[in-house]
Amino acid sequence: MNNILKIENLTKTYKSAGNTLTVLNNINFSVEEGSTFSIVGPSGSGKTTLLGLCAGLDRSTSGLVELNQIRLDNLSEDERAQIRNQYVGFIFQNFQLLPTLTALENVMVPLELRGEKNTRTRSMDLLDKVGLANRSHHYPAQLSGGEQQRVSLARAFSNDPKILFADEPTGNLDAETSEKMVKLLFDLNRENGTTLILVTHDMELASKTQRIIRIKGGNLISDERTVAI
Amino acid sequence: MNNEPVNYKRPINFGWLFQMAWRDSRKNRSRLFLFISSIVLGIASLVAIYSFGFNLRQDIDQQAAELVGADMVISGNKPVSPQIQTLIDSLGDRKSTQRSFVSMVQFTKNQGTRLVEVRALEGAFPYYGSIETTPVSAAATFRKNKQVLADRNLMLQFNAHPGDSLKIGNVTFAIAGILDKAPGQTSLSASVAPVVYMPLVYLQQTGLMQRGSRISYSYYIKYDRQENIEKLTNKIEPRLDKEDLNLQTVASQKEQTSRSFEDLTRFLALVGFVALLLGCIGVASSIHIYVREKLQAIAIMRCLGVKSSEAFLIYLIQIVVIGFIGSVIGAALGTIVQQLLPVAFKDFLPIAITVDISWASIGTGILLGVVISLLFALLPLVSIRNISPLNTLRLSFEEATAKRDPLKWLVYLLILAFILAFTYLQLNNIKQAVAFTGFVLLAFFVLTGVATLIMWLIKKFLPFSWSYLFRQGFANLYRPNNQTIILLVSIGLGTAFISTLFFIQSILLSRINLSSGGNQPNLILFDIQTNQQQQVVNLTKSQHLPVFGMVPIVTIRLEELNGKTGAVYKKDTSLHIPRQVFSREYRVTYRDTLVSSEKITAGNWIGKAGANEVVPISVEEKFADHNHLKIGDKMLFNVQGVNMETKITSFRKVNWNRIQTNFLVLFPKGVLEQAPQYFVFTTHVPSASASAKYQQAIVRQFPNISVIDLALVLKLLDDILGKISFVIRFMAGFSIVTGLIVLVASVLISKYQRIQESVLLRTLGASKRQILIITGLEYFFLGAIAALTGILISVPGSWALAKYSFDTPFSPPLLPVLILFFVVALITVFIGLFNSRGILNKPPLEVLRSEV
Repeated sequence: MNNILKIENLTKTYKSAGNTLTVLNNINFSVEEGSTFSIVGPSGSGKTTLLGLCAGLDRSTSGLVELNQIRLDNLSEDERAQIRNQYVGFIFQNFQLLPTLTALENVMVPLELRGEKNTRTRSMDLLDKVGLANRSHHYPAQLSGGEQQRVSLARAFSNDPKILFADEPTGNLDAETSEKMVKLLFDLNRENGTTLILVTHDMELASKTQRIIRIKGGNLISDERTVAI
Repeated sequence: MNNEPVNYKRPINFGWLFQMAWRDSRKNRSRLFLFISSIVLGIASLVAIYSFGFNLRQDIDQQAAELVGADMVISGNKPVSPQIQTLIDSLGDRKSTQRSFVSMVQFTKNQGTRLVEVRALEGAFPYYGSIETTPVSAAATFRKNKQVLADRNLMLQFNAHPGDSLKIGNVTFAIAGILDKAPGQTSLSASVAPVVYMPLVYLQQTGLMQRGSRISYSYYIKYDRQENIEKLTNKIEPRLDKEDLNLQTVASQKEQTSRSFEDLTRFLALVGFVALLLGCIGVASSIHIYVREKLQAIAIMRCLGVKSSEAFLIYLIQIVVIGFIGSVIGAALGTIVQQLLPVAFKDFLPIAITVDISWASIGTGILLGVVISLLFALLPLVSIRNISPLNTLRLSFEEATAKRDPLKWLVYLLILAFILAFTYLQLNNIKQAVAFTGFVLLAFFVLTGVATLIMWLIKKFLPFSWSYLFRQGFANLYRPNNQTIILLVSIGLGTAFISTLFFIQSILLSRINLSSGGNQPNLILFDIQTNQQQQVVNLTKSQHLPVFGMVPIVTIRLEELNGKTGAVYKKDTSLHIPRQVFSREYRVTYRDTLVSSEKITAGNWIGKAGANEVVPISVEEKFADHNHLKIGDKMLFNVQGVNMETKITSFRKVNWNRIQTNFLVLFPKGVLEQAPQYFVFTTHVPSASASAKYQQAIVRQFPNISVIDLALVLKLLDDILGKISFVIRFMAGFSIVTGLIVLVASVLISKYQRIQESVLLRTLGASKRQILIITGLEYFFLGAIAALTGILISVPGSWALAKYSFDTPFSPPLLPVLILFFVVALITVFIGLFNSRGILNKPPLEVLRSEV
């Protein structure tokens, strides 16, 4: 099977007050297409930075990031935006819905951006799948946290992504809602054959993925395959 | 799954951008509109002034003939030669003749006297428009009878009515009617010199046409047949020029009137533009905060694949649309304000102004509003391009926008170019445009500098021992996200406008008061004939009034300068001697000493002319400089028919602000004593009743003598200043109100920033009263500092004006300035508290739910 994501010798440093701070140090791994994958580590370990680099939200200091056989580190910000629009889906801990758009409009944005047709019907289908068809015209502020995360899930799948990045997707949800959300995420992922990259410090959630890498102090300290699925 | 290759060159879908702009603005429209409301008044003032100017031009075009009253007017200040009389006789199909001069008149009913402009008329003038009178028939009847028309204000002043008698010189006339409006007359000019029309046939009998009397001669010519006036003008003008006669036609009047009022509308447009600029700074500041709040949304969009240019365009569209709406509202408001402008200016205008809607002005205003709001909004908007999608994971606005963006410098440059170009279009003079732009920049820099300094001082020296409420109120001025600078600039500039106005008005009035106070002369008598001198002195003494001296005045003309006549200088333009040097009449005096208002600045003053030598004269230095005269220049004067060779031996500096007789050219004793002359005499009257009594006696005994009452001049000046300052205040009002709108917008915007903190304070147990005091104090400090900054900025300018232009000590009028200070500070507090009331009156949780 092909690798959808390849990371080689990835290093990220920040300059601050004359000092160089190394956030990620020589990271190497690759992710197979259609697989599920977790990045775990304590707060401040560099896992969110790694997610940002993998998803093309930021540029590395050195090393290679290849997403769907395309080297991201050579591309401009706008070119990476195009890659994100075409191949990538996102789920964030704090949902990150556009507050001035309704649930439906939030789901429609990635499709509209690509100039696709029937965006409304397709988005409504997705909202239906996450059980929010009846809340499609509500604004984020009118939805509960769980509902907002389900809208975010529908949006993440709306552009039919090859790879989905989820940053602590249950971090702001209660246990019961989290459980439902995780089920929905994995179901949709399986249904669409999407690769799932999960960033979390919740080992129980990570254990649901096929592979877990651990980051600590900017270094990759372990890479294990799980038996969960 | 999406397996298509990546299309990096995805075209921008403008339809979607508009849709996103619409969606994104959905919850912010009222706030967006608030930002743009800052420019509404600026646009309104410009549209009002442009429309006013447009109508004025149109009205001048339509009414120019009525301003002149005839097809052409030939005028001069001496009787015309027989040759010119023949020329005038050959012109036109109908003619009127007028002699005008200033003289005292007396209402016989109550002995009231006043200096007026007498117009002795013969013929059917005006041929265009009319002399408006009450009753209407009086305009025709007075010409055929021994009757006059008297100005409305004059009639009111002396409680006179048609049918009463009025004495001019030696003749008593019946008043046929009230003169409401003469062609080309403004109500301002009528109040300065009220007009009395009389039939020309009685002029000789009045005895006022004596030698030395300053009489203007006008000939109004009307063509009933078609005549090419322009061609005729070109033909006869050189001949009239040679005899120092002035030719006025409808076309020249149109040009002249348009030019002077274009200057006025241009000046007003610049004042309006300052209000607009002020509003634009408000826009830039508001949009900056708006973009900061949109940071998260923009980062999300970037995550979803929106390009930086697309994100930028989404917000640009919002600004353009809202800018357009704001400009349309401004233009509509301007069209309404335009209805008021003719009222504000009516005293200065010689014509009736229509208030038609000017679509060109409205279009210009809207375009200007969109362009300028866009330009100023661009400053914060360009930083959108640098907002990273990484902000969805961790928020850092400073990092997102702090980068030095070369595009920002381009925007600054564009703004500067725009201001310069706009100013140039108003002034048509690049030097003045650069100077204006420079002054605007300087004013903004000074205000910003003062505001920054004040903030720094507060931060550094705020005593820790003060109560928490005071410290918090003060500290709010320099906390992050404060609006201090923008508010200090906008409110400060408005205050500076108003206080400068107060200062100038008080300087002018104190200048005059100074001249007329104490035992200074306050009554000037002129046109006193040689044989009347002693009698006038005796009469004055009999009324126990002081005699300040009798100044002789001789009217002369310049024939040659350094051996060349005016005609030679006119032909040879390389000689740079202005035409007026030869065409004007010089009223000169002779004495052997200088007076207190004079000082020799070059050469030597010679007080007595020697026999058989060239007469040494002294010339006022500014007049000499303006006309390129030098020490040693020879001037050949025509003294009432006798040529007299003179030489400039000195230049004098003359303080014209002193109310006394001052002269451009001063002769020594010993040469002019025998020339035909009249005298000017000054005295001091202690009260209005003493003045009236004295004037009545003078007019009764010496009808040819004119009296200027300085108390009346002072009142007139006060009136005129009042009218001018009303117009300036009206315009400055736009800046002030714009400042207040920026204040409202800033308070509302900062409200969103402050809610969290106020709620936190209330949660921690702060009472409603404590929050009210903190908020009230913050806005009081803001308003007080802004007002103080504005007043302080206006002080040096006014001081310089007082010292260098008016030569008077500068003492700011404390009371109006104190009132201004408190009014500005309290309005600021009121607006601040009124807009924060939501936070104060509701429970913390409700505020958090509804506002955040």
